Amino acid sequence: MDLLPLGDSALLVQLGAAIDEETRTRVRSLLAALERASLPGVVELVPAFASIAIHYEPMRVHTALPGADETPYERLRDAVAAVLQEAALQALPPGPLVELPVCYGGAYGPDLEAVAAHAGLSPEEVVHAHAGAEYTVAMVGFAPGFPYLAGLPEHLAMPRRATPRVKVPAGSVGIAGRQTGVYPFELPGGWQLIGRTPRRLFRPDAASPSLLRLGDRVRFRPVTPAELAAWKEPP
Amino acid sequence: MTLRVLRPGLLTTVQDLGRRGWQHVGVTVGGAMDAFALRVANLLVGNVGTEAGLELTVRGPTLELSSDVLLALGGGDLGATLDGEPVPCWRPFAGRAGSVLSFEGARRGCRTYLCVAGGVSVPVVLGGRGTHLRARFGGLQGRALVEGDVLHPGERSGLAQRLLAELLAAAQPVAHWGAGPSLLPRFAKEPVVRIMPGPEHAHFTEESRRALVKERFEVTAQSDRMGYRLQGPALALASPLELVSSPVAEGTVQVPPGGAPIVLMADRQTTGGYPRIAQVVTVDLPLLAQATPGTRVRFREVSLAEAQAALLARERALWWLTEAVRLRGR
Repeated sequence: MDLLPLGDSALLVQLGAAIDEETRTRVRSLLAALERASLPGVVELVPAFASIAIHYEPMRVHTALPGADETPYERLRDAVAAVLQEAALQALPPGPLVELPVCYGGAYGPDLEAVAAHAGLSPEEVVHAHAGAEYTVAMVGFAPGFPYLAGLPEHLAMPRRATPRVKVPAGSVGIAGRQTGVYPFELPGGWQLIGRTPRRLFRPDAASPSLLRLGDRVRFRPVTPAELAAWKEPP
Repeated sequence: MTLRVLRPGLLTTVQDLGRRGWQHVGVTVGGAMDAFALRVANLLVGNVGTEAGLELTVRGPTLELSSDVLLALGGGDLGATLDGEPVPCWRPFAGRAGSVLSFEGARRGCRTYLCVAGGVSVPVVLGGRGTHLRARFGGLQGRALVEGDVLHPGERSGLAQRLLAELLAAAQPVAHWGAGPSLLPRFAKEPVVRIMPGPEHAHFTEESRRALVKERFEVTAQSDRMGYRLQGPALALASPLELVSSPVAEGTVQVPPGGAPIVLMADRQTTGGYPRIAQVVTVDLPLLAQATPGTRVRFREVSLAEAQAALLARERALWWLTEAVRLRGR
């Protein structure tokens, strides 16, 4: 684990360079420890696949943390190092399980055939495999509420489209490399689209705006176009 | 009291100091591109500094004031006039009922902030009042101002009341005091922007690292609130680097495979997958926020200690400005 500056107002906790389950667990556990510690001057914590950014206000760190001739960065780094040392062994319970209904294929999943061809499977087999796996939210980023889900069966992996689409409809479920994800809004994007969920992933006016958070577990449940159309969002 | 939009200008949005605490679910921080200018203009009208103001871009709006109001402008010089009389940046001024504030065109910089005593009152969404144009929320219905919009300021402070009364009683509407030049960023035709090495700095070729601080980089037309795309010598990695998406910050200089650097600005995404060669120091972000396409910038490398010392000095200067304004209104 490395602590390094990301400019003059953020500190990076770097936990290796790979996306694997062990790194994800460490990110989640260290994040929880930093949240509990609530160090002075820290503005927000932003986890990624294998790192956490600690955004801070140098002036508040300067006045609140000790250190004779030390820069705000050095003061915060020492405090963070102490927190992380104690946190290293903490195990967290698995995140809550969220089910996303998905209507696979057709107009809702225009790339399902291509993914099937790439995998050497029938579209039905792709749906079966995709909906049969359990996923973990490895990161939320790119756009508000956009989950990067780890746990895609290896044989479904497929690179992004060579030319991204200008408009990907909200709710589109896609595949990019070894990851699957869901577009919360209409956005440009290059993921291979295999289906559509009616669930709203992001509500700016809600107390908890993002449906999914780091560490949550996700399952996809196949639904028919009629079920998709008749979907009522839970409050 | 209202501000009525007679003409909206090129891109006028409600902005504050951004949303904090939601990047972990992918929400852009956003807020004013030149956050320093917004803070100063807010302080000059007796605000705390975090209130929402208007970010005006290149061609400002035309606004009609419904009653007497205390205003200030900070940032680039967009040629402001109040009922035809020029109004400078960095000083509070009193607008009278029926007055019209308009802008003749950019003379220096490209963004200015109009702050009003009490701040622009719009609903708080995810802890911020700023307009998130891409996600279409915040500010005024998540969009830029259009003709016919009416803005309502929040309740003004006692300090603002006294400052306004003083200016209304004076011979001319513009205060003879304001934020002094020593506090303000040094704008130049060819700005020198200080940077520190980014997390992947060492992965770039020595030639690229040298070019970054020796050559000039031009701000291209593909620059917006999300990021500034620069044109200059291509920057290259010494060897291919597999990067997983990692956090970025305001001022992160990332380099996509083509080699043309991008400086991430207010509406940046929360994480990025490109190598981060450098990081613009916070106190020099206004120099970029005010740089128009075609501007050539040079980068100068400084240490983290130097960057943070400059930032602490600026925060102290802002504290003194707050005190000075408070004494003015006694």
